Amino acid sequence: MTSQFAADLQPSIIVDDVYKTFTLNHAFSLKDTIVSWVRGRKLTSQFEALKGLDIVINEGESVAILGLNGSGKSTLLKLVSGVMQPDGGSVLTRGRVAGLIEVGAGFHPELSGRENVFLNAAILGMSRKEIEARYDEIVAFSGIEQFIDQEVKHYSSGMFMRLAFSVAIHVNLDILLVDEILSVGDAPFREKCRLKFQELIERRKTLVVVSHDMEMVRELCTRGIVINKGTVVYDGPVEGAVAQVEN
Amino acid sequence: MPDQRDLFQRVPRSEFDVPGKAGGLLDVFRWHYLLRLLVRTGVTTRYRNSVLGWTWSYVRPAAQFLVFWIVLGLFLNLERGIPNYAVYLFAGIVVINLFSEGFKNATSSIVGNAPLVRKVYLPRQLFAVSAVIVAFVHFLPQVGLLLLVCLLLGWITNVTIFSILAIFAGAIIVMVFALGLGLLFGAMNVRYRDAENIVELLLLLATWASPVLYSWIMVKDAITELGWPSWLLEVYMLNPITQAVELFHFAFWSPVTETTLRSRRLWRSTRSGRS
Repeated sequence: MTSQFAADLQPSIIVDDVYKTFTLNHAFSLKDTIVSWVRGRKLTSQFEALKGLDIVINEGESVAILGLNGSGKSTLLKLVSGVMQPDGGSVLTRGRVAGLIEVGAGFHPELSGRENVFLNAAILGMSRKEIEARYDEIVAFSGIEQFIDQEVKHYSSGMFMRLAFSVAIHVNLDILLVDEILSVGDAPFREKCRLKFQELIERRKTLVVVSHDMEMVRELCTRGIVINKGTVVYDGPVEGAVAQVEN
Repeated sequence: MPDQRDLFQRVPRSEFDVPGKAGGLLDVFRWHYLLRLLVRTGVTTRYRNSVLGWTWSYVRPAAQFLVFWIVLGLFLNLERGIPNYAVYLFAGIVVINLFSEGFKNATSSIVGNAPLVRKVYLPRQLFAVSAVIVAFVHFLPQVGLLLLVCLLLGWITNVTIFSILAIFAGAIIVMVFALGLGLLFGAMNVRYRDAENIVELLLLLATWASPVLYSWIMVKDAITELGWPSWLLEVYMLNPITQAVELFHFAFWSPVTETTLRSRRLWRSTRSGRS
């Protein structure tokens, strides 16, 4: 990267020397606690999920976070989305962050599709005006106009996921976090999602994707970061990252 | 990545947000639209797929009221000490129900929304606040019923502006108290599910630790008779629920009992003059 080119870039996510430690419980009840204590066994142990992570992601970049299960990818996304706080270091974001982390988490089975669109969009931080402006677009994208006034509990799982995904992807955002949810729906719907992602990239939105689907990662992302046991082991062009993971 | 550090320095930190930084209860106002939807969801889905639906909001307090009225009022003769005991009792039960429901729902609200809390960032206090507001919505028909009975008993003739204010003050005290305790126990509930059981226990006590079934004067008399330290009464009176219940008694029971109360006061003053 030349310095002249770098001047155009603006970081939108800064992960500065971030540590995250989880406490693992070994005793699950008062009895367990006393037994372990008497036998001198440890009650808890520490698990370091992230050990001093340094990542800067610039505006308009689409970055894949790769790594084996348990390497700390999802923890990183949760820190960026604000669900968790780092134990050390700092995470900074610029602009509106939206997570396609768990689509459908906010859906209420007893409400109709229409009510759920409003509820879920509000959960993702949209205001009433924004939702009303985008409502038709959301429903059209999901392709279930016909069933929108039915209760969500009667939906098939595919319909459910399509509607949830459609809400999440229409949130006004500057940074989109995607965690392993692109296996949603049938082939035509997946194609629609891919186009939507491409559109977001063209609009210079920042995309952070966690996935094991190398095919899709290669298609969407330009940069890859490989995390192993809580540290960054590779940061560079996506091809190199994929090669690193596949070995 | 040599130029990353460089960028780091150049961009002012003030442009950045720290994700997940909580703004306390102020966040509730910022997320008011979501709060409204959560309340609406809580209210409308409460009695989905039940035949009697909203009637259940009346049946439970009605059954409670009947049991207490028959056992305490008729069998144990509390009715003789407290004129219009039925109104007295119901005014108190309505307050306790508001507290119980708000407190219980707020406590389970965080764990109940676990999928959301774990996956999406949003102010978690919203769940507790919406639980208390939903409890308030369910409290309204009960107050309506109470008001109707009071109107039949001539409430309107003795009512003052203070009675109306007392209703609001009582409801607000109870809701703030339920929210505060609900936030505390809701947080504890995440780590220790014992919290829910502790709350059940506290709610059982709440009915008896406030002048719902009896009058606070009985507590005062009992403490003097037993020779217990008088600060016990102070503690009893400091209970916010006691205050709220008394405000409701003042608002609903006092106006309909104005005349009987006057004669009772006379009776009490002669009795205390004697001792």
